[in-house]
Amino acid sequence: MARVEDQHKSQEMGLHDEQLTGRTQQMYFRVEGEEERFQKPFDIEVDFDKKAEIDAENLSATEVNREIKRLMMDGYGTINIKNPGAKHSMGVGFLNRLNLNFEGSLGYFGCGLLDGPNVNVTGRVGWSCGENMMSGRVVIEKNAGSTFGAAMRGGDLVAKGSVGSRTGIDQKGGTIIVGGDAGAFTGFMMQRGRMIILGDTGKNLGDTMYDGLIYVAGKIKDLGVDCVETEMTDLDKHWLQNKLSQYGLEAPNGVENMTKLTSGKKLWNYDNLEPTEKKLIL
Amino acid sequence: MCGIAGLIHRGKSGNVGQEMTSMLQSLWHRGPDSSGFGLYGTAQANHLVMRLKLAETEELTRGYGVEREIERRAEQVRERLSELGAKIIEEDSPTVYAHRYVIDYNGDMNKFAEWVQDDHVEILSIGHSLELIKDLGSATDVSEKYNLNSFTGTHGIGHTRMATESDVDIASAHPYWAFPYNDVSVVHNGQLTNYWKFRRYLEHRGHRFHSNCDSELIAVFVADRMEKGDELEEAMNRSIYELDGVFTYIVATSDSLGMAKDTMAAKPLVLYEDDQFVAMASEEVAIRSVFPHEIDTIDPYEEEVRVWHA
Repeated sequence: MARVEDQHKSQEMGLHDEQLTGRTQQMYFRVEGEEERFQKPFDIEVDFDKKAEIDAENLSATEVNREIKRLMMDGYGTINIKNPGAKHSMGVGFLNRLNLNFEGSLGYFGCGLLDGPNVNVTGRVGWSCGENMMSGRVVIEKNAGSTFGAAMRGGDLVAKGSVGSRTGIDQKGGTIIVGGDAGAFTGFMMQRGRMIILGDTGKNLGDTMYDGLIYVAGKIKDLGVDCVETEMTDLDKHWLQNKLSQYGLEAPNGVENMTKLTSGKKLWNYDNLEPTEKKLIL
Repeated sequence: MCGIAGLIHRGKSGNVGQEMTSMLQSLWHRGPDSSGFGLYGTAQANHLVMRLKLAETEELTRGYGVEREIERRAEQVRERLSELGAKIIEEDSPTVYAHRYVIDYNGDMNKFAEWVQDDHVEILSIGHSLELIKDLGSATDVSEKYNLNSFTGTHGIGHTRMATESDVDIASAHPYWAFPYNDVSVVHNGQLTNYWKFRRYLEHRGHRFHSNCDSELIAVFVADRMEKGDELEEAMNRSIYELDGVFTYIVATSDSLGMAKDTMAAKPLVLYEDDQFVAMASEEVAIRSVFPHEIDTIDPYEEEVRVWHA
């Protein structure tokens, strides 16, 4: 369980304590340090120094994913994929510690359903990258398409370039970092977790968000329903500085000048409305 | 779901038929029902190129006597053109039911189109450079059938269709020509929710629709606005606020290619641009079929409109 002081600090940032539970691993959000604390009951033993390479040029995504799994079962901990060619559904469904490097770009649903791997993509990714990610790190060096990190639960998902619309839709945990701009409906129906946007955001930022935090360095076109600006604390600044430095990123005007947004929670507690509605119906 | 694609060479011609074939073939999984090409070849200032469909797929299955009936329709078209004073310079028929004409005609286009068409004969496109080819099956099948791999030109648009709200037939396949405006065509992925309202409005203004497909409305809307004096970009910007629904579309005129995304940005488009070439498609794999090496691409944002010139 998360330590009491961790929970306290999380709440000080405006968050509920967050216990992220994957099938094989658990990681708790910590304001400081954020060292990973994994439980690995079903892990495959891999050696990060044992390296392999796959040329994906003439392989389907299924064949590439199968080959990654085979290598992982043989104990390879670092796997490089050459010529991914923007194919869809590459690097999906790996529930283990692993260094996975894509030398090029991925199509739709890249790196979804991950629970543990550290992934680097030197190119860009299409729609729905990192969807339902549970833990680990995915770093994209260029742009990403829409629904980046949809329904994400844990870990860090980073696009150093710009991302499309509906980034972090239904996000339930973890941290999404965007080096450039983000499109409309960023943080739509966000439930937990954190998002850092270093560029500008499109319209309806944080629309209908239930919880979570969004930090924006650039211009915000407009806020969605129930998304409100809140005060940036020293703890926020400390965490932002620490988190961005991990990926060699900086807020253009300093973290202290970023805008912090959260849920106004006016739409939040549906339970209280239910009895009234029931009375009306009955 | 559907897949859309567009490409334009800047300041030169290229093998747009072959390029569009590979792009659309990569998008085949988004729409296996039919494939369509709107290709812009070398402009013929004094002549018009017309593509016709003389029968629908359902009719072709009737068997005995169908081909003779189709030939009779072709003969009728020749007679009607002659009655109009239009001179046929070239005629060819890549399939029994698809004919292509190069015509010498300088009169009123609306009258021309109404005169040539009937319940069986549908003009797919008329233009100085536009040639619109659509048929059932994959892009490769259609391309081979119509010999598109040797088509050179400046730009083109294409579509792979997953039929959702109208039949699997040639009439419902994209792209759509903006009847009766020369050289304006469109491909679209999405759905317009105020389609009937806008269609009635445009019909009251004298426009005629050849399908029940909302994509045709976009073509006519843009062409109608351009006739009223809007530049292409202006007409497209207006479409974002006047057309309701979720949509991403690509429109082409004789010398331009444009893309627009609705206010929700709910339909995908990936865009690649360099000094010589612009390519866009629903998925990056389509652009990769033309540029297999590493390239930088972007996703246009909500309410974004862009136009490029050949």
